[in-house]
Amino acid sequence: MAGTPGRKVLPDVLSASQLHPDAPTGQLHPESQRVQLQGRCGSCTEFLIHHLFVPEFDGKNVSSVMGFESNQLPANAPIEDRRSAATCLQTRGMLLGVICSLFGVLIHFFALSERLFYYIAVSLLPHDTLCELEASVEAGRAFSPILQWHKHPNDYFTREAQSLYFNSLRTYWQELIDLTSPGDVPDTREALLNAFKRLDNDISLEAQVGDASAFLHYWVLRVAFSGATACVAHIDGPDLYIANAGDARAVLGVQEEDGSFSAHTLSNDHNAQNDSEVARIRSEHPHSERKTVIRQDRLLGQLMPFRAFGDVKFKWSIELQKRVLESGPDQLHENEHTKFIPPNYHTPPYLTAEPEITYHRLRPKDRFLVIGSDGLWETLHRQEVIRIVGEYLTGVHQRQPLKVGGYKVTLGQMQGLLEERKARMSSAFEDQNSTTHLMRHAVGNNEFGTVDHERLSKMLSLPEELARMYRDDITIIVTQFNPHVIGAQRQDDES
Amino acid sequence: MAPGLLPRLLLPQMGFRLAGRGLWTSPQCLAVSGDSQLPPVPGQARVVICGGGIVGTSVAYHLAKLGWTDIVLLEQGRLGAGTTRLCAGILSMAKPISIESQMANYSSSLYQQLEEETGVKTGYVKTGSLCLAQNQDRFISLKRLATRLKVLGINCNIIKPKEIAKLHPLVNIHDLVGALHLPDDAVVSSPDVNHALAVAAARQGVQILDRTAVQQVVVEKGHVMAVETDRGSIECEYFVNCAGQWAYELGQASEVKVSVPLHGCEHFYLLTKPLQEPLAPNTPVIIDMDGRMYARLWQGGLLSGGFEKNPKPIFTEGRNQLEIQNMQEDWDHFEPMLGALLRRMPHIETAEIHQLVNCPESFTPDMRCLMGETPGVSGYYVLAGMNSSGLAFAGGAGKYLAEWMTYGYPSANVWPLDIKRFGNLQSSRTFLRHRVMEVMQPRVQTHSFEFLPYDFWRYLLSLDQSKTFYKPDWFDIVGAEVKCCKEAVCVIDMSSFTKFELTSTGDQALELLQYLCANDLDVPVGHIVHTGMLNERGGYENDCSVVRLSKNSFFIISPTDQQVHCWSWIKKHMPNDPHLHLEDVSWKYTALNLIGPRAMDVLAELSYVSMTPEHFPSMFCKEMSVGYANGIRVMSMTHTGEPGFMLYIPIEYALHVYNEVMSVGQKYGIRNSGYYALRSLRIEKFFAFWGQDLDTFTTPLECGREFRVKFDKDTNFLGREALLQQRQEGVFRRFVMLVLEDHDTELDLWPWWGEPVYRSGQLAGTTTSSAYSYTLERHVCLGFVSPPPGPEGLPMPITPDFINRGDYEVNIAGQRYPAKAKLYPFSSLFTQQKRRKEDMELSNLQGK
Repeated sequence: MAGTPGRKVLPDVLSASQLHPDAPTGQLHPESQRVQLQGRCGSCTEFLIHHLFVPEFDGKNVSSVMGFESNQLPANAPIEDRRSAATCLQTRGMLLGVICSLFGVLIHFFALSERLFYYIAVSLLPHDTLCELEASVEAGRAFSPILQWHKHPNDYFTREAQSLYFNSLRTYWQELIDLTSPGDVPDTREALLNAFKRLDNDISLEAQVGDASAFLHYWVLRVAFSGATACVAHIDGPDLYIANAGDARAVLGVQEEDGSFSAHTLSNDHNAQNDSEVARIRSEHPHSERKTVIRQDRLLGQLMPFRAFGDVKFKWSIELQKRVLESGPDQLHENEHTKFIPPNYHTPPYLTAEPEITYHRLRPKDRFLVIGSDGLWETLHRQEVIRIVGEYLTGVHQRQPLKVGGYKVTLGQMQGLLEERKARMSSAFEDQNSTTHLMRHAVGNNEFGTVDHERLSKMLSLPEELARMYRDDITIIVTQFNPHVIGAQRQDDES
Repeated sequence: MAPGLLPRLLLPQMGFRLAGRGLWTSPQCLAVSGDSQLPPVPGQARVVICGGGIVGTSVAYHLAKLGWTDIVLLEQGRLGAGTTRLCAGILSMAKPISIESQMANYSSSLYQQLEEETGVKTGYVKTGSLCLAQNQDRFISLKRLATRLKVLGINCNIIKPKEIAKLHPLVNIHDLVGALHLPDDAVVSSPDVNHALAVAAARQGVQILDRTAVQQVVVEKGHVMAVETDRGSIECEYFVNCAGQWAYELGQASEVKVSVPLHGCEHFYLLTKPLQEPLAPNTPVIIDMDGRMYARLWQGGLLSGGFEKNPKPIFTEGRNQLEIQNMQEDWDHFEPMLGALLRRMPHIETAEIHQLVNCPESFTPDMRCLMGETPGVSGYYVLAGMNSSGLAFAGGAGKYLAEWMTYGYPSANVWPLDIKRFGNLQSSRTFLRHRVMEVMQPRVQTHSFEFLPYDFWRYLLSLDQSKTFYKPDWFDIVGAEVKCCKEAVCVIDMSSFTKFELTSTGDQALELLQYLCANDLDVPVGHIVHTGMLNERGGYENDCSVVRLSKNSFFIISPTDQQVHCWSWIKKHMPNDPHLHLEDVSWKYTALNLIGPRAMDVLAELSYVSMTPEHFPSMFCKEMSVGYANGIRVMSMTHTGEPGFMLYIPIEYALHVYNEVMSVGQKYGIRNSGYYALRSLRIEKFFAFWGQDLDTFTTPLECGREFRVKFDKDTNFLGREALLQQRQEGVFRRFVMLVLEDHDTELDLWPWWGEPVYRSGQLAGTTTSSAYSYTLERHVCLGFVSPPPGPEGLPMPITPDFINRGDYEVNIAGQRYPAKAKLYPFSSLFTQQKRRKEDMELSNLQGK
C-alpha cells in the first residue's frame, strides 16, 4: 500500500483485550509483549525525553532566535521523521526544518535533510562568495564551512554517497555562478524555491544516470523511489520565510495583549483538504483525469501529500521508470513497491517538490514558532498546540522568584498566590522541554484537554507493530523568539 | 581603613537593625572598637579556636572556666555573623537522644544565668514549648520521650488537646491527639548569647580576633603545630574547628586532611509583623513535627519555619563566607510550610508578612553533632554540625568538649556524638549532599539500631522497618529465622564488622595487646579470646574478639562502629616501632556467620574435615579450605551463644563460598537471616554489645564480666588500677536482664531501649537494649540498675539481694510493666548444645 501510514482509528478501540497478553493477538507473542509493556510503562517521562534536544546558544550573537527545542516520538523504529537545525555561516540566518519520510524504513533517506539545508545555504550565497567557494574547492584549499549544525547527540551525518552528493552540489553552485553576475545577492524567496526544486531534480537525475558502484546505484534509486515532505523555516532578524512542500505545518504563537496565545498559520497543507491545491492538481492534468487524479482524498488514490521530494513513481513517465528499473541492480526487483505503477497514470508528473513560500515579518508579540509533522496536527488542533506551548513557556517565566519587597502582603494572600503558581506549574513541571510537554499532550490528551497518564503510558507502550496503527511519528521543533531583539531590529529597519 | 573597604557583611546587619526592631541588634565588637587597626595576631597560643559563632565562643568560655589560659579565638568575619545571627532562637530540651537532652538542659541553665554573670541581655524568656502530635504514632513517641526526659530530671508532661488550646490560643486543635509540654523550654536571642559568652570569655583572658581567617592548620608528626591565618601564623598545641558551615572545608585545609562530614542546607523561616491581637509574651513555642513546622512569638508577631520534604543543599563546592549574607528568599519553596502554618493557626491568615529569612544550617549524616578529637591528628578537635539545634546544644557541647580537652574525656558518654563514629565512607561530598536531603525528614523515632553504625546499613534497615511501636510486621519472619538458628542452620552476613591485623617481628604485638586488653592474650596459637580494651577508668573503649593467628600476629574483630575509634585507640597507645604493624583489613574479608547445630555438618561437607566439638572446640580458629576456596579463617564462635562458626573469607572467594554454603546447606534447611534474629538470640542470652549496652563508662565488673579480666596476668594492663579499686569498693550499678511479665506482645507497646526501670516504685535505671525472645516467649530487656544514693547522697554499692529481691517494672511510654530481674542468663538456653553433644556421643557408640 502506498501513501502515509493507514489513517489512525483512535483510541477507544484501544481496549484492554487488545493489549492483554493472554488475549489472542495474532502474531504477538504474549510473553515478549508483557515484558515490553512493563518495561516501557514505567516512565513515560524518560521515554518522551529520549529524543529531546536543546542546543545551547552562545549568547554572544544577538539573534532574534532565543533558542529552540525539539523532540521526536517514533511510531516506527527508526523514526521516519527528521528534524534539522543549522545556522548559515556565510550569510545571516538560521534554518530549522522538519522532514518526513513518506513510507518504508529508509534510513538513508535522512541524507535529504542535510542536502536540503546545503542547497538552501548555497542558494542564499551571493555571487562573490560562490566564486570564492569554487576557487577554494578547485585549488583543493580548505574553505570556510557554510553551515553550523545544531545536532543532537543521537543525530548523525550520512557518510554514504557523500562524494556523489558533493558533486551534485558543486554542479549546482557552478551553475549559479554562471547564472548570476558579480554583486548579485539572491532573494531569499527565490533561493528557497530554487533549492527545493534543484534538489528534487538532482535526486531524480542521480537515479537516472546511475552509478558505476552497484551499491551506490541501488542507493540513489531507493532514494528516488521513496518520498519525503519538508517544511523549512529561514529566520534572519525579523524576516521569517517558510518553505513548505507537503503536509507538515508551521504555526506561529502570537501573544495577545491580554496574555493569551493565538495561532497564526504560516504554511498551507498540500493535501486534499486544501481546495487551492486540489484546483492546482486538477488544472495541471487533462479534464479526462478529473475524477481519477484525486481519489479518496489521495493523489491518484495513493499519496496523501500533494507535494513531496522523490517518489519518482509519481513524476517519471512509465517508460522511464521501466527503463531505469531494468538497468538497475537486482536487489531493486525484490522490492515489489518500486515496480508498482499507480493506476490511471497518464500525464506525469503528478507530484512536485516545489515549495510554497510564505513570508512573515516578525513582531515582538510573535513569541514562538512550532513546526510539526502531520502526526502532531492530526492529534491536536493548532490553537491547542499554541496554547499548550505558550502556557508552558510563560510558566517557566513565572518561575522567577517571588519577592515581597516593601508591599503589604498577608499570609493568606501569599498562600493563595503560591498555590496558584504551584497549580500552574504542576503539569508543566514534569517536562524540561516545551516539545516534550507538547508531545505528552499530543499523545495523552483526554476529552478534557488534560493529560491522561494511563492513556499516555498505554500509547507509549504500544509495541512497534501496533504503534503505527494508532499514532504517526511525531516530530516537533519549537523556536522561541527574542521579542526585545525583534523590536529593536524592526526599529532599526524602520528608521 | 577606608569606609569603602569595610567588609560587606556589615551591611545586612544594619539592614536587620533597621527592619528587625531590636532582636537582631548586632553585638558590638569586642576586641576591636569600630573599624580601626586590627590588633596583631599573637605568635603563639596554647589553644586556637576557629569560629566565632555560638559554638566557638562556648568552647572558649568553658575552657577558660576550666582554668585554661592562652586561648585565641579566630573569626573570619564578625562574631556570630554566620548561622548564629539568623538562628530562630528556640531552646528546647525535647531531643531524640538523652545526651542531647542533657546538653540542651545544661545550655538552658547556662543561658539563664548568663545575663546575671555578664550584664549582657540575652533575651531569655521562659515560654515553654509544645510538641504536637497529629497521630497516635507521634503521640506514643512523645510519651516515650517524656519518660526519658523525666529520668534526666527535665520537667515535662503529656497533655490533652484542650489543654493545648489553653496554653496557646491560636492553635487549631481539631486534628491533634495530644502534646508534650515542656514548661522550662525558652526562647533566647542567639546573637546576644553569643555576645555574652564572648564577653565572659574575654574577661577570663580569651583573646578574640575577628576578621582573621584561618588558611591552613600545620600538622607535624600527627600533631597540630600551628595555625596559619591571613594575618600571620600562630603556633599552638590544640586546634578546635568550630567553623559551622565551613567546618568541612576547614578540615580539608590542613596538612593532614581531617574529615568533618557535614553539609549545608538552606533553611527558611518567616517573620510576620506584630499581630493585631497580641499574644502574651510567654506563649509557648509550637513544634508540630507531623506538620513539619515550628512557630514562636517574635516581637509581637510570629516566627515560623519548617523542614521541607525537598531540602535545598548548598555550599557543596564550598563558598566564601560572605555569601552567607546574600541568601535568597524562595517563596515557592516555602509554600508547603506556609500551608502547614496556616493549617495549624488559621487565624493568623491576616497577619502581614515581614520577611522570609533564609538561614543556612549544617547537617550531618545521622542528624547528630560532631564532637571530639579527630582520629588522624592529635590535638585537632572538632565541634560542628549542629543540625539546626546549635543554640540548644552550644552550651552543653562546649562544656563537654572543654572537659574532653582537659581530662581526656567528658563527664558523660558522648559516643553518639563522637566524630570517630564516622569513617571515610561518609566524607564523600556527594554522599553528604544526598544524605542531607534525607535526614531532614523528621521521622518518628522508633527502634534502636545496633551492629549497624554505618549509616548506610542503618538506612537500609530502616526502610523495611515498621513505623509503629507495636508488634512489627517482621515478627514472624524473624521468628522463623530464630527457629532455624536453633534447629538447623542460618547464614548472616557480618562483613561490616571491623577487622584489624596486628603483627610484629618480635613479641611487640603481644606486649601491646597485653597492655591494652584486660584478658590474657598469651594463649596458644589458634585460640580466640573475648576481651575488653579498657581505659584508665576501667571503662570499655572497645569490646572485641582477638585471635592469635601465629606467635606474633593477631586478628582483632570489633563491632562495626569501632573502625575509626578502635584504630585511633590502638594507634594512640602503640609504640613508634617499625617492627610493629597495624593494618585495617575490614574490606579484605567477608564475614559469614553460620549459626545453628547443623553448621558443623555443612562445613564438614564442604571441607572434608570433621567439625565436631571434639575436633574443633569452641573459641578456636583454623585456617582451612571451604569448597574450592583456600585460606578461610574459620572460627568457632557466633556472637550469639548458639553453636556455629564465623567464616572470614578473602573477599574474592566470598561469592563462591556463599553459594557453596547455600547449596550444601539446602538439605540441612539453611536460610538467610538478619540482624534482628541475631539480636533476639544474643539478648535472650544476656550478651552485652558495645555501643549499645556497654560504653566508655561501663567496667567489666558492672556487667558481670570479671571472668574476662585477668588481674593476675604477669603484665599490667590499662584500667587495672581502677578495676582493683572498684572491686574493693563495690560496684554502684549492675547490668541486669529484665524479663517482662504480664506484657502482651500482640497488644502492648514494645520496649526498644532507653525505657526507665523502676524498683519497688523507685527509679533505678534505664534499659539499653531489648528484644523479643522467641524461646522464652517473652520480652527481654537489658539495662543497668543502681540502688538509691545513701544517706549523704553518696552512691551505694549494689548487692545481689538488691537485684533479686526487688519488684521491678519497666516503663514503656508511660505504662509500667512488671519484670523479673536476673543476673545470669537462663541456663536452659544452653542445654541444647549439650544435648546435641550427647546425641553425637550416643550415635558414635551405636556406630561402633
